[in-house]
Amino acid sequence: MSRPSTEAQYLASLIPPSVAATGIGRRSLLRGALAGAGFLGASGLLAACGSGGSSGSTGATPQAASGTLTFGSNQSDAVPKQAYAELVTGFNDPNIKVTTNTVDHNTFQENINTYLQGQPDDVFTWFAGYRMKFFASQGLVGDVSDVWQNLNGMPDPVKAASTGDDGKQYFVPFDNYPWAIFYRPSVFQQRGYQPPKTLDELVTLSTQMQKDGLVPIAFADKDGWPAMGTFDQLNLRINGYDFHVSLMAGKEAWDSDKVKKVFDTWNRLLPFHQPASLGRTWQEAAQSLQQKKAGMYVLGMFVGQQFTKGADQDDLDFFAFPEVDSAIGTSAVEAPIDGFMMAANPKNEAAAKKFLGYLGTPAAEGIYVKSDPTVIAVNTGADTAGYSKLQKKAVEFVGGAKQISQFLDRDTRPDFASTVMIPALQQFIKSPNDIDGLTKSIESQKKSIFTS
Amino acid sequence: MTTTLTPTTAPAATERTRRRPVKRIVLHVFLWFVALSWLFPLGWAVLNSFRDYAYTAINGYVSFGGFTLRNYANAWNQGDFGLHFWNSAVITVPAVVLTLFLASCMAFVLARFSFRFNLTLLAVFLAANLLPPQALLVPVYRMFRAIQLPAWLSSSGTLLNNQLGVILINVAFQLGFCTFVLSNYMKTIPAEIYESARVDGAGVTRQFFQLTLPLCRPPLAALATLQVTWIYNEFFWATVLLQSGDKFPITSSLNSLQGKFFTDYNLLSAGSVLAMLPVLVIFFALQRQFVSGLTLGSTKG
Amino acid sequence: MTAQPTAAPRPDTGPGDGPRTPVSARKNRVRRLSGGDLVVVTLMTVIPTLFVLVLVWFPAIASVLLSFTNWNGIGPLNQIKGIGFTNYVNVATNYPPFWPALRHNLTFLAVLFLIATPIGMFLAVLLDKEMRFSRFYQTAIYLPVVLSLALVGFIWQLIYSRDQGLLNAVLHTQVDWYGDPNYNLWAALVATSWRHIGYIMLLYLAGLKAVDASLREAAAIDGASEVQTFFRVVFPVMRPINVIVLVVTVIESLRAFDLVWVINKGRNGLELIATLVTANVVGEASRIGFGSAMATIMLLISSVFVAVYVSIVMREERQK
Repeated sequence: MSRPSTEAQYLASLIPPSVAATGIGRRSLLRGALAGAGFLGASGLLAACGSGGSSGSTGATPQAASGTLTFGSNQSDAVPKQAYAELVTGFNDPNIKVTTNTVDHNTFQENINTYLQGQPDDVFTWFAGYRMKFFASQGLVGDVSDVWQNLNGMPDPVKAASTGDDGKQYFVPFDNYPWAIFYRPSVFQQRGYQPPKTLDELVTLSTQMQKDGLVPIAFADKDGWPAMGTFDQLNLRINGYDFHVSLMAGKEAWDSDKVKKVFDTWNRLLPFHQPASLGRTWQEAAQSLQQKKAGMYVLGMFVGQQFTKGADQDDLDFFAFPEVDSAIGTSAVEAPIDGFMMAANPKNEAAAKKFLGYLGTPAAEGIYVKSDPTVIAVNTGADTAGYSKLQKKAVEFVGGAKQISQFLDRDTRPDFASTVMIPALQQFIKSPNDIDGLTKSIESQKKSIFTS
Repeated sequence: MTTTLTPTTAPAATERTRRRPVKRIVLHVFLWFVALSWLFPLGWAVLNSFRDYAYTAINGYVSFGGFTLRNYANAWNQGDFGLHFWNSAVITVPAVVLTLFLASCMAFVLARFSFRFNLTLLAVFLAANLLPPQALLVPVYRMFRAIQLPAWLSSSGTLLNNQLGVILINVAFQLGFCTFVLSNYMKTIPAEIYESARVDGAGVTRQFFQLTLPLCRPPLAALATLQVTWIYNEFFWATVLLQSGDKFPITSSLNSLQGKFFTDYNLLSAGSVLAMLPVLVIFFALQRQFVSGLTLGSTKG
Repeated sequence: MTAQPTAAPRPDTGPGDGPRTPVSARKNRVRRLSGGDLVVVTLMTVIPTLFVLVLVWFPAIASVLLSFTNWNGIGPLNQIKGIGFTNYVNVATNYPPFWPALRHNLTFLAVLFLIATPIGMFLAVLLDKEMRFSRFYQTAIYLPVVLSLALVGFIWQLIYSRDQGLLNAVLHTQVDWYGDPNYNLWAALVATSWRHIGYIMLLYLAGLKAVDASLREAAAIDGASEVQTFFRVVFPVMRPINVIVLVVTVIESLRAFDLVWVINKGRNGLELIATLVTANVVGEASRIGFGSAMATIMLLISSVFVAVYVSIVMREERQK
């Protein structure tokens, strides 16, 4: 699934790219090296840059952490790449030399299976959720519970998301962002709208927006995954967090009445969604929100990347997806967590753990969050003084959540998410009236996948 | 011819000459229309690559103006074209050389000697050419991952995520076509030449390098042109076998380019034009070789 | 793979071959190969053959074998479990995109076969004359073949885009040509045909030029019109090339991948078997066994046509 990268994409489209951050020191170094050597030698030089000089000290005590450390990063766009470079500089350990290997965002994700089974970097970027637990249970990533001993300020739901099925921690969280319904306060003020608190209020508001000539809910699903956000929100509100997690784990039937109710509700809301969504990317939908053509958008906080810094971004706010069942309320928040993991057999375990310990500190998180105002640091001790209004609200929002979910494609098996759910949700959007057939098909596919 | 016939043939002749130009003109008009509409999409991309995004965002694309060269500079830098062109070269040149060399070897044996398995071998080669690469993806993937390589040969330690792997798989796929074409051509080399060389004491190796290969320059040139184009354009294997962004050749990096430039179509056009320049240059410069390469199987040399 | 490299055999009445050596003399030469020469010849045969066997045939067989397992790409090979035909059953009954993909492949085939290829042949016939600008016409029509299909996708995006594309600007419509499942397959087919026609044109033109001129002259003397000459005389003689052209069309439509993948990874109306295989096998999905089942289906269908192609080419070879 293509996770949105940060502001960089948006900046690149507006400002002459000559302004885009350079931080490409390593690249020009590589270029020079490549030009100088033959093609075979070139690969050799890359090897020298990448993984040379390992100390091979597995099982060394933390006090003896030294040597080189490889850090695999998926932040390939200019601005976050620069932020990660600053992150590494901020580590500031004279005995440990960190080399960053950056891979394109989508490619890193797609190749994670081969990456982990090949020769992964000692520390690398990843996400919390089912996939993390899956890799942990396969023994593909390292146990970092002892790093957690020294991590303070991590809320309980976050710790739960970082724990594998065996109770040990395998993931060090870094930043996250909430999913909610985003809107522009100026539009709401101008038209006298109020953020809806219940589903019925949402329907009333959407009807009013339609009368006023706005598209009530922006919507895009060309890439297949954004629609999962809407499904998650509805399922969390209608059936509750526990059912949602259980469903994601393959333990509930997709053709049960509970799931059908989710689709029925969505069907009821579909007329208010932007039409022709299967040919639209989330960026384009976000732009229609920004251009005040749409009133609301169910998306993650990264929607802010499509708004210019300054007044534009200030005119962006969100409210929690409205309550559907008063017994369930709105206490569950979907806030995918990005962070880091350690390889199962790192070449330098002590250094890796020390680096991970650093990455979990509020200071480290602050370095990155400074460059990307659409995420917030996970650590409650993080300095929020420099946060925008939106970020501060997000901190409260996520902090006040009783349960945190990670997003459908991170909470369930990746093969189920990509080969079953993407086509299924697109099919639903195309023909929303055959819910029985759709859920039956999802259930039978789920059975064949989860039992294999 | 009696004089009575001449008057009848003369008007018939002028009638024919009068008819042919009209038919010809219609034909030319039609063909011009076809040719221009064929060139149009490409021309449109080239035109827009020279236009400023700010201009077209305001005035739309059905407008004229806003010309700039900036898109090319931006595309080159942002898309890291220097690196990716180099990667393309690193993959294409060795692959073409290796393919042509191995194909010449195989073709030489097939043309010169008639072993019983000749035809079977040729069939095996040809069929391999036509199999869908998607069907072979997983085993090739795992195989490459299992092959350990020393660090100086591969930064990843294996054949996976390594340009050498992409080279090898391309060679395997292209061998069939090249072997077929070259063996056809080599069969036209008279046997007497080899006989006299053998009498002079030249072994098979010398016959191959000093007789066959120089004589095969036309098809080799033609095939080289074709192979460079095909392997340079190759998209599937480069995308699935390479994982590090900085190893991608130009065609697979274009995909990520689309992600970066998703709104700026002018920038994307400039990037596309840059990406297709090498092939276009080769095509125009070596058009004759190109065409003869494709048709070598069907016509005589 | 972008272009489809094929070697077309010569038409039945092509110009003659070079001088041939009697078979017995050739066999003699084989028997008299010395030790060193034998080693060289063996190497020259074995190494290329190994390439093809190891990198193409072995993976093909391995794919077929994998289709009978439920492997997910993780773990050692010796722990793979066999599950019989379960994957095939699932593909056919438990995977909604499969039958649409098959239909789309057939649509590809139908359009390429009934429209694009005949147009290519027609253009070749038109250009098979002495005329001015012939080079220009050929170059213009053939130019797209030189481009990678991924690039073709980008170029046509400038025309098909809903908001910035030329087509909507000129027609004043708001159709999302690439994003609307009612239109996008046809949009992709236009872009593919743009390329396919040039390729067929050139193959056919080469074949036409190899047809013995005396045949045409004889027909002209007999008073046949151009159309009659073509259909009664030239076309039958081009039989091997005709078949090759058709086989190329079929194989291209089966392997269609690059263009569609670049548009939207083969979803929402653009499903094709090749994209389904890739989506299942590449990336995190890693449904190796399942994807291999679809890949094997591709292999099976292709092999029918590959067999036809190879047998025709081999027959030509044997006649030499």
